[in-house]
Amino acid sequence: MYPSEYRYTKEHEWIKLDGPVGTIGITDYAQAELGDVVFVELPKVGTQIKAGQSFGTVESVKAVSEIFSPVTGEVTETNASLADAPEKINKDPHGAAWLVKMRLTDTKEISGLMDAASYQAYIAEKAKEHSA
Amino acid sequence: MLVSFVRSKLEKLSVSTPATTELRKTALNSVHRGLGAKMVNFSGWDMPVEYSGIIAEHTAVRTRAGLFDVSHMGELEVRGTEALALVQRVTCNNAAKLVVGQAQYSGLMTSRGTFVDDLLVHKVSDRHYLLCVNAGNQDADFEHIIANNRFDATAENTGPRYSQLAMQGPRAKDILQQLTKVPLDPIRYYYFAFGEVDGAECLIARTGYTGEDGFEIYFDPEYSEKLWNSIMQAGESAGLIPCGLGARNTLRLEAGMCLYGHEIDDTTTPWEAGLGWICKLDKGPFLGSDQLARQKQSGVKRRLVGFEMLDKRIGRDGYSVLVAGQEVGLVTSGCPSPFLKKNIGMAYVPPVSAADGTEVGISIRGQSAPARVIPLPFYKRPH
Repeated sequence: MYPSEYRYTKEHEWIKLDGPVGTIGITDYAQAELGDVVFVELPKVGTQIKAGQSFGTVESVKAVSEIFSPVTGEVTETNASLADAPEKINKDPHGAAWLVKMRLTDTKEISGLMDAASYQAYIAEKAKEHSA
Repeated sequence: MLVSFVRSKLEKLSVSTPATTELRKTALNSVHRGLGAKMVNFSGWDMPVEYSGIIAEHTAVRTRAGLFDVSHMGELEVRGTEALALVQRVTCNNAAKLVVGQAQYSGLMTSRGTFVDDLLVHKVSDRHYLLCVNAGNQDADFEHIIANNRFDATAENTGPRYSQLAMQGPRAKDILQQLTKVPLDPIRYYYFAFGEVDGAECLIARTGYTGEDGFEIYFDPEYSEKLWNSIMQAGESAGLIPCGLGARNTLRLEAGMCLYGHEIDDTTTPWEAGLGWICKLDKGPFLGSDQLARQKQSGVKRRLVGFEMLDKRIGRDGYSVLVAGQEVGLVTSGCPSPFLKKNIGMAYVPPVSAADGTEVGISIRGQSAPARVIPLPFYKRPH
């Protein structure tokens, strides 16, 4: 479910590194919490973003959720297919529904993020809290 | 935090309560959790917001049927020789027009002519009226009625005596008919009857909050699981699915129906909210009728309108309405419309901006998104 080569944030974003370029999306846990996704707002190509900074929103029927960048860098590409098919985020959050690609300022920043096992443990704890 | 942002939005509808363990639960709580429903704190109740997804549930109600647990709603019963007089005093619609077995949408009024709540008034007999009120307001409504009871009548908070299910959609009647000998066809819209449904004594009302045909049934909570299961089974081949509060909200918004705390509250009058059709000044004086007569003469300073967004952005509850860059009003409810496939909402604007076709802006995170005033309701059922 959670690819071992990805890294994960507490805010439920994932990033996959390919050399200096990272592909970023939100996790399956996040899309399940959101429900039906109806609209996505992404930054323009060329935007400079700091790690932890909000760079867009994913909207479900009921809620608006900010997306936070896992890393510092520059947006090189955004997933245009989400404009007409935002529901892809519910169907394939780790693959076809990636949100943005970024050129990282410092690839070593990745080491501060959770690996798949840590992330799964993290969301298991969250699920326990929520199902009181 | 991505997810807690979501959760805080999902809980936006609710009164904040300290801990999950202190939430009130309907008799069907374990059924919802067993079905894997996403639960939310709604006005202090632990309620299902969605089961299979808001869009799927909304679509089911518009094309087949959906089943809602609405047991959190309150029931207040007024009895006595002067039961009608008490009901007439505290509400704005004319309950004297009701025949036995008929219901009407109405407002519970403050002395200022504003809303304590909106509700359905059912005439059970000349001496007995059953009021169905909002979950979050039931205690305040009860206190309000008691405080204004100068009549030979009693008021009782009978919420704990009832569970309530709403089955809504074009196939709802046929599904329910399988479970009752009471002929459902003759029960016209906004009328009700008493009878057995699957062995449980019920008040069967042809009412609803979705804009579709359907029924709301009230019964002793001990029958809750049995009735839920029988209805789900009877409706399986017709495509009946369980539906939560998320779809309940998108459905009522499409149908142009008000939600207390959004379109109406204790600062709004029926004239402002487009509810003049339930406000019968000619029935005689009632709480707030003086103020309402005055406002009818002088005119309102704001009016509730419907709007549609003109690009893909979504204007949501609480966002500002802009005309020529100036903030002139607020969105009361706004969201994507699953059936109409556009983004809609209701908002208060000055009368001068209320005409159909008026172009406005909705302020979304610092930007003005184009929208247009359009007639209410957004959706009217074809049959």
